[in-house]
Amino acid sequence: MEKRVVFRSAWLPYALVAPQIAITIVFFFWPAMQAVWYSFQLQDAFGLKSQFVGLQNFANLFRDGNYLASFKVTAIFSVLVAFFGLAISLLLATMADRVLRGALAYKTLLIWPYAVAPAIAGVLWAFLFAPSIGIVTYVLKGFGVDWNWIINDNQALTLVVIASVWKQISYNFLFFLAGLQSIPRSLIEAAAIDGAGPTRRFWTVVFPLLSPTTFFLLVVNIVYAFFDTFGVIDATTQGGPAQATQILVYKVYHDGVKAADLGGSSAQSVILMFIVIALTVAQFRFIERRVQY
Amino acid sequence: MVENRPGLTVLSHALLILGVLLIAFPLYVTFVASTHSLERIMQVPMPLLPGDRLVENYSQVLTGGTTTGSKAAVGRMLVNSTVMALAIPLGKITISIISAFAIVYFRFRLRMFFFWMIFITLMLPVEVRIIPTFKVIADLGMLNTYAGLTVPLIASATATFLFRQFFMTVPDELAEAARVDGAGPMRFFWDVLLPLSKTTMAALFVIQFIYGWNQYLWPLLITTDESMYTTVIGIKRMIVGSDAANEWNLIMATAILAMLPPALVVVLMQRWFVRGLVETEK
Repeated sequence: MEKRVVFRSAWLPYALVAPQIAITIVFFFWPAMQAVWYSFQLQDAFGLKSQFVGLQNFANLFRDGNYLASFKVTAIFSVLVAFFGLAISLLLATMADRVLRGALAYKTLLIWPYAVAPAIAGVLWAFLFAPSIGIVTYVLKGFGVDWNWIINDNQALTLVVIASVWKQISYNFLFFLAGLQSIPRSLIEAAAIDGAGPTRRFWTVVFPLLSPTTFFLLVVNIVYAFFDTFGVIDATTQGGPAQATQILVYKVYHDGVKAADLGGSSAQSVILMFIVIALTVAQFRFIERRVQY
Repeated sequence: MVENRPGLTVLSHALLILGVLLIAFPLYVTFVASTHSLERIMQVPMPLLPGDRLVENYSQVLTGGTTTGSKAAVGRMLVNSTVMALAIPLGKITISIISAFAIVYFRFRLRMFFFWMIFITLMLPVEVRIIPTFKVIADLGMLNTYAGLTVPLIASATATFLFRQFFMTVPDELAEAARVDGAGPMRFFWDVLLPLSKTTMAALFVIQFIYGWNQYLWPLLITTDESMYTTVIGIKRMIVGSDAANEWNLIMATAILAMLPPALVVVLMQRWFVRGLVETEK
């Protein structure tokens, strides 16, 4: 789509895009190219000399059990976050779409966690589940569950999943509610006249019509689990215990900033860039479908 | 509602109330913890009703931080967070609206090239270029500065697209009339486009305020000086060791202070917030 009426100026359009383009080059393209460059380099222990080693950093990564384990952790983590995040918010949105009284109050009370930073969500839940003083830990002990996420890997993963899902429910809820409200009432009424009960109507009419929203949210939630949950993990488990919660983004940070392994960390960055590109393409394809619908 | 099923309505309300309570539970415990002395919090189980130390705890963190962890004053951090939360949306809106204006209302060489350059930034989040971006900031001498905290985050493909999309819906007759009346491009921008874009700007502002306030990885990388910590980073610096070694009452008071401004923005500006959220994702 193009405008019919345009202005003419030899220099003005360049001046107008200049600030955006300058920031893009200095802080996006230049560092990204450096990441690619470093990923082909091997530095000595003091960071004084580096030599070109081709794809060796990548080969090392795929031989490194820790890196492969990090892939597995990321996959499990993002599937859990996306599944529970979507399921809980779809249930709440369906209920909020039904009720007449108090709909706005419910909405307001459900969306505020969007405003909470992931790191703070992590701190809140880490406190609730704190091994010695946490209130939830205390209740669990009453049920005979010994909770200590500092040493137990499954419990650590559970903690970061809960904190991440809790923060993301509000976002999913808003999109599901908007999706539900755009479904024509006449379709639901027709199904009701044909004798379909609420459950049947949901699975045969509402859920299929909602699928574009669901696909869109699925991609958004996976992106969220991959990247935005960095704060949750850094503020709680820091990838531990024994890398049980070390997702890919956290490993890039850990290897690059804490372990100062420039080549390895950059190679991981490059792999992550490919993942982001794949996810962005997926996101745009689903959004196109959503618009058609 | 299609038919009257009282049972189902009761169930809906019950589930919604359960959802609201589960969502609010961590917030409530956080608030309660922020109003007690450390000794009371360390008792297992901790009290579930607010205590009497609200004023002491909050004034302690605002002026002096914690005693075992970071001693940086949270008052200063709130100022830093506010700077980030205001500078990022203002910067983003400014540079995005002018670049969208150029791309929609002018024909010039490299126009599509610039458009794609902006688009590709979507695929380069900070998380995937941590070390080299840090180096760039260090080389430019922007560590521990407000410019370093905000400028790299104001480039935005989504905001540019949003304005571009909006400008495409503005009738061509307006630009034509402006030209016939002898108005130049910048005059048209100020007097016609900018007033029309107000709602889009408001919606973007709300979303970007929250984005700026909640930044974590970026300030974590480039602030080493306590006086430049943002509130979210400050909390992380207060946690020093195993769970019993932390001053949880003070940490929780800081958490409340860190959550309050963005939460108020979401609740009070709900209409703009929902609109901004839905539109920036299109």
